[in-house]
Amino acid sequence: MQIVAALRQRLERLGAGVTSHVWRLGFASRFLAYLVVHSGTALRRFRLTIAEIYFAGVLSLIIILVSGLFVGMVLALQGYDTLQRFGASESLGVLVALSLVRELGPVVAGLLFASRAGSAITAEIGLMKATEQLSAMEMMAVDPVARVVAPRFWGGVISMPLLAALFSAMGIFGGYLVGVQLIGVDAGAFWSQMQAAVDLRNDIVNGIIKSVVFGIAVTWIAVFEGYDAPPTAEGVSRATTRTVVTSSLAILALDFVLTALMFTGGGHGQ
Amino acid sequence: MLRDINLKIARGSVVGIMGQSGCGKTTLLRIIMGAYLPSGGTARVLGELTGKLDREGLYRMRRKMGMLFQFGALFTDMSVYENVAFPLREHAELPDDLLRDLVLLKLQAVGLRGAARLMPTELSGGMARRVALARSIALDPQLILYDEPFTGLDPISFGVIARLIRELNDSLGATSIIVTHDVQEALGVVDYVYFMAAGRVIAQGTPAEIRASSEPFVNQFVNGKSEGPVPFHYPAPDYGADLEPAAA
Repeated sequence: MQIVAALRQRLERLGAGVTSHVWRLGFASRFLAYLVVHSGTALRRFRLTIAEIYFAGVLSLIIILVSGLFVGMVLALQGYDTLQRFGASESLGVLVALSLVRELGPVVAGLLFASRAGSAITAEIGLMKATEQLSAMEMMAVDPVARVVAPRFWGGVISMPLLAALFSAMGIFGGYLVGVQLIGVDAGAFWSQMQAAVDLRNDIVNGIIKSVVFGIAVTWIAVFEGYDAPPTAEGVSRATTRTVVTSSLAILALDFVLTALMFTGGGHGQ
Repeated sequence: MLRDINLKIARGSVVGIMGQSGCGKTTLLRIIMGAYLPSGGTARVLGELTGKLDREGLYRMRRKMGMLFQFGALFTDMSVYENVAFPLREHAELPDDLLRDLVLLKLQAVGLRGAARLMPTELSGGMARRVALARSIALDPQLILYDEPFTGLDPISFGVIARLIRELNDSLGATSIIVTHDVQEALGVVDYVYFMAAGRVIAQGTPAEIRASSEPFVNQFVNGKSEGPVPFHYPAPDYGADLEPAAA
């Protein structure tokens, strides 16, 4: 009897946990719908969104550019080591470019964006809630979702693809520095093979689509966690952590789904 | 939870809602501002039944209200000037010159015109409260709500805020509701007081009547006595019984 009771208790706990997560996902979806519907202010007074593009995008530039440079340099070193065994070292440019444009650009830039900008957005909105700044807005008949959340959301959504593109560009430059300048791969072969192999629709556009999807996911999670954070120091701290963890997992899961949809089924990427 | 609450607040008056922490004052304030709806009964504020208002209606009502939060709730990413300009920018499309004059007028009223360029982090607690007050009267409200306006202030700031509450109410022709547990200071400002305990109004009257009240709770509260209907000790099991296991 005791075993049955314990089993039942565990099942109940599991059920409650699942229900709670489903409820929260539904709440977050309704929040996103409300946010999109009330984005008029953010789009009409676009300087509010531009300020957030500066906050989420421009201030993330250093970490994105430096990381991109190093990732490209490492890719070139690793890629050359493998390619030269097969006498294909002149394809180094293709390897670096495709790896960055299709995968590493959107994914690593997304992970960095979640850590740098996503956490900052959650902390800022959470602290505004904890210090009653959002309540003060409500009392001034100003909708905080329209005035505070929506500009941050669109600022993040616009910033993310630009940051991913810059990450990839910087990575290719890093690959060029190591591959051509340091190792001595022919510069003409490096660039011309890259130009011939990288396809605008199948590689670059798909990479942009990925970064847009990651931008929406990360910024949605960040603004929701901030807005839903308990108004205490611990609550904001937990929400910030949740943003980074959930966003990172979401990026990796979405990347798998998007890659499966984009690059399988007899397409270009086979 | 609030019960048997029946308040009528006359236009133009300054009314205090007083009582111990947790007695329901802030809940009552949230009902007045329309943040909570009463589960029973009605709340009529500025002629509107809050329970019947949709979001638009609630916002329309709040445009006629100002609120001073406990710690000011200033927007930390905006200067003092921008904080006071915020409601004007959001609700009135004014030319920059006129907006500037209005903001400086409000800051002059609270004595902080010279601090217009400062950021909230550069202000003392009393100054932050005065800036928040300037912001709450930016749209010339008919009703001003104060949530614990005296908490954490030094005696000078205390006096300044108390004087400003009275003066601004009279000069704007507004009505003010002060929720506070700082009894002595508040009694010097208000016209009428509602005293709350455990979600009910247990006494009401003018400041003089409240000071002379024989109601045991009011008497303990107004005179700051440690013993009375509100016990010193939080409810606990017998002290001796609690010590026994340690002794054993």
